[in-house]
Amino acid sequence: MSTLAIDKAGPTRKVKYGSMSRDRAWALRWSYFFLVLFAIFSLTPPLYMLITSLKSSAEISAATNPWWVFHPTLSNYVELLTSNQFLRFFWNSSMVSIVVVIITMLISIPSAFALARMKFWGSTTLATGVFLTYLIPDSLLFIPLFKMLAAVQDITGITLLNRWYVLLFVYPMLTVPFCTWIMIGYFASIPKELDEAALIDGASWLQTLTRIFIPVALPGLIAATIFAFTVSWAQFLYPLVFTTSIDQLVLPVGITTTLIKGDVFNWGQIMTGALLGAAPPLIIYAFLMDYYIAGLTAGATKG
Amino acid sequence: MADVVVEQGRVVRPTGARKRTGLRNAMGRKSTVAFFLTLPLILLITLLVLYPAVYSIHLASLNKSMQKFVGFGNFTFLFNRDTFWMVVKQSCIFAITAVFFKALLGFIVAHFVHNIPAKGQRKWRGMLLVPWVIPPAMSTLAWLWLFDPSYSAFNYTLSFFGIGPINWLGDTLWARFSVILVNVWYGAPFFMIMYLAALKSVPDQLYEAAAIDGANWWQKIWFITLPMMRNIIAITTLFSLIVTFANFDIVRILTSGGPLDRTHIFATWAFKVGIEGSDIPLGASVSLFMVPILAVAAIFILRDVSKRGNEA
Repeated sequence: MSTLAIDKAGPTRKVKYGSMSRDRAWALRWSYFFLVLFAIFSLTPPLYMLITSLKSSAEISAATNPWWVFHPTLSNYVELLTSNQFLRFFWNSSMVSIVVVIITMLISIPSAFALARMKFWGSTTLATGVFLTYLIPDSLLFIPLFKMLAAVQDITGITLLNRWYVLLFVYPMLTVPFCTWIMIGYFASIPKELDEAALIDGASWLQTLTRIFIPVALPGLIAATIFAFTVSWAQFLYPLVFTTSIDQLVLPVGITTTLIKGDVFNWGQIMTGALLGAAPPLIIYAFLMDYYIAGLTAGATKG
Repeated sequence: MADVVVEQGRVVRPTGARKRTGLRNAMGRKSTVAFFLTLPLILLITLLVLYPAVYSIHLASLNKSMQKFVGFGNFTFLFNRDTFWMVVKQSCIFAITAVFFKALLGFIVAHFVHNIPAKGQRKWRGMLLVPWVIPPAMSTLAWLWLFDPSYSAFNYTLSFFGIGPINWLGDTLWARFSVILVNVWYGAPFFMIMYLAALKSVPDQLYEAAAIDGANWWQKIWFITLPMMRNIIAITTLFSLIVTFANFDIVRILTSGGPLDRTHIFATWAFKVGIEGSDIPLGASVSLFMVPILAVAAIFILRDVSKRGNEA
């Protein structure tokens, strides 16, 4: 009797299962189909940069099939990488980004440590303030910052405007709040027992920070570093406002202002420059994708 | 708990070094240490955010040469200008449309990525996040070239389907479309990553239970996925709303506000008036109009974040 029942149940379930797996296979096929569509949408501009960068000016103005390179040439790359002006942009960008990363870390790690572990008067207000500062976009305060820097320049006599190092003073406003915020999250997730043990062993606050917190929260630290680097590398508005001389420009502004001469667009070189400018973040992303994504998601999910 | 730890620290230390001076004792105290550790942060927020914010209001009340106090003169001047109202309208259209499509596209793509076998997901996620990684100023240049009036690769492709050359950046409607399209292209991967993380946290049992109850895919999304992801959707949308509303790079490079100011949004117009037109007070006033919308979004985000903090 019972075997019969099982036999009866068997086929029906099998049929049901078969149709479900067929549904599943179709769902999978559709998923791949749409994913390919979205991937084409996502990758068209960067691929087009690459295609154009391999063309000579003659081929571009001949208006042949824009999606194919008939006579690939590296002349655009050679020209840009031997041009002092372009190398100067690259150098300015690298200097600004690296120094800003260092400044950001020096400010945000100690602050995040204090905010995560030491409850002091005003610590919650300060943490909220950090988060609010993170929400302030770059395009909100550039005009008063411009006037402030001009005033500082007048008072102290130190030339600030139109020098690449002026960016070192303003970029931390964009990087520090977010880095502090995610480091608070990472530090807060470290078990209290660890620093209790360190304190019992007689470690000072500084030793607790350098010997325990920084090594344990290293993934968070890497994510924050990547964030600070990419933000300072990609920043476009501040250098556009604060620097104008050609030898003081950083990459994004340099490419958009100098390679466009009047109405003549030298597209081969512009695309090569854009691709070379996009290369450092892309390389970092290719090798450290998981940290990159961790930093991205931590911003909003670590409450 | 932390206070207990500190007491221990303080008890331990004096027995070790009894001969410390008052200053060194003060230096060892928790609040002093905390103050010094956070001092750079406090200085940064004060000098680069609080002071400029106040200064911005002061600037907005001066005349063009910045020598005379004009009160609300700049604001009344703006209210009487058609371009200003156009910028308000365009900023709202731009931000709302772009955020909506970013969220929608991100949601759909996240579902498809979630659907495929786990071992392939990493590869797809990696490819689809590329637009977010490239500095927007650089990728917008590629779009500018794709939209180029005489060599547009899009028009070349569309000509095979018999669709005539489209004036992507010269025509008002198409220019607005292009600007929004580039913004969606740039921002959708962010939503995709956030939603993907949220989708992974929805327990499978809920879907199994729904399947047993005979729910179809639409009901599963409506009654399980969306309610479970409500929080993350809200917070991501608000974040993106702030960033999109204050966008500068894409519009500046793609159209510089043209044709005839028809794609200007607050940031680009403030730049044009304040820096290029060197009317700094007027530019500051234009930027200040972003504050109310940003503040509303910020309040909602803060409420959400603190709620999440209480749950955890």
